[in-house]
Amino acid sequence: MHELSICQSLLDQVEQLAHQHQAQQVVKIVLHIGPLSGVEAPLLQHAYPLAAAGTVAEHAVLEIHTLPIKVHCKSCGQDSEASANRLLCAHCGDWHTQLISGDEMLLASLELDQKEDT
Amino acid sequence: MCDTCGCNVTPGNQHLVENDGKLAHTPDGKQAIDVLHSLLHENDHQAAHNRAHFAQHGVLVLNLMSSPGAGKTALLEATIEALRDECRIAVIEGDLETENDAQRIRAKGVPAIQIATGSACHLDAHMVHDALHQMNLSQIDILFIENVGNLVCPASFDLGHHHNVVLLSVTEGDDKPAKYPVMFRAADVMLLSKTDLLAFLDDFSLEKAEQHLRALANQAPVLNANVKQADGLDAWLHWLKHAWQQQREQAEAAPAPAVQAHHHHTHHSS
Repeated sequence: MHELSICQSLLDQVEQLAHQHQAQQVVKIVLHIGPLSGVEAPLLQHAYPLAAAGTVAEHAVLEIHTLPIKVHCKSCGQDSEASANRLLCAHCGDWHTQLISGDEMLLASLELDQKEDT
Repeated sequence: MCDTCGCNVTPGNQHLVENDGKLAHTPDGKQAIDVLHSLLHENDHQAAHNRAHFAQHGVLVLNLMSSPGAGKTALLEATIEALRDECRIAVIEGDLETENDAQRIRAKGVPAIQIATGSACHLDAHMVHDALHQMNLSQIDILFIENVGNLVCPASFDLGHHHNVVLLSVTEGDDKPAKYPVMFRAADVMLLSKTDLLAFLDDFSLEKAEQHLRALANQAPVLNANVKQADGLDAWLHWLKHAWQQQREQAEAAPAPAVQAHHHHTHHSS
C-alpha cells in the first residue's frame, strides 16, 4: 500500500505550490496516471482524504486522468496503443518497442482559491 | 522521468502544455496552474543525491527485488562467497521487521545494514540515504540493496541504484512477468532461482517466462541463478562482473565531482 506515501509526497508539493501562489485553499488537483506507473487510481482516491486532512488541500477535488499506454515500434516505426502486459506493436507484432506513454505519475495541474483582496 | 528536460511531456498529456494559457483561469475565476511534476519528485531528488554519492566512490549499486521467499538473501550469500577474493561487497537489507537477513549477510563477513520499514512495503531513497550514513562507501565496490519482498511497490521508487535485478523463483510460476508488468518491465536482468526444482514442476517453462518478459518490450537477459548447483551462478556472476567493469570504466572516463564538499554523512535528513 504505497499509495499513502505517494499521497503524502503529492501533498508536500501541493502545499508548497499553494504557499508560493498565496492560495487560501486548493480547489482541485489533477493527476495524470499511466497504468504502468505502479499506482492504482482507486487506491490513491481512498488514501487521499487521510493524507490531506488538516492541510490546505483538505477539501480539494482529486481528479485522476488515466493515460493510455502507447508504444513506438523500433522495427516498423509506427505508434500504437498497447496493454499493460503486452507492449507489442499493434501493426507488426514486434516486441522491440519503446513506451511513449503509460508510465506517468504526474501532478498535472492545480486549481487554487487565492486570498481575498482587501 | 524528470521535471527539467521535458521528458514528462508524453503524447498522453502534451495537450496540457500545448494549450498553455487555456488553463490559466477557470470560468469561475479560480487560479489554475500547470505543474507536470512527478508525484515522487522528493524521492527522485533524493535518489539523484544518492547516485552522486555512489559515483563519487565508484560504487556499483544494484536494487534486488523479488516476491518474499524467492531467495534474495540466499543469492547474496552465494554471490559474496563466490566473489570473496575479487571485490568488496556490502548489503542494505530492507524488511518490515527483524534483523535476520542482515545477520545472515554479516555471518559471511561483509557489512550489512538492516532497514526495518515497519509497515512500509518498499524502500525509498530517503531510507537508503539514512542507511548510507552507517556505511563507508570508500571501502565498497558493489552495494546490493535487498528490497522488501514484494513484486508491486518497490518498482515505483528510484533508490539511486544503477540496475534493477529481479529474481523469479520457478515455484512462483512462469507468468509472473505478465501479472506484475510494472516490476518486470523495470528489470535490467531477470534471474531464475530454485531451478533445481524444475524437475518436480510441470507448470514452469523457461521459454514462457522469457516470452512473458519480452511481451513487456524488455530485452533484459534471463539468467539461471541456482545456488544449489556447482556452476549454477556462472551466468549471473559473469553479468555482475561485467556491470562492475562497466561502472569502473565510466568512472575513469568521467570522474564524478565531489558531492557537497565536506559532506561525510554526518548530517541528518531534515
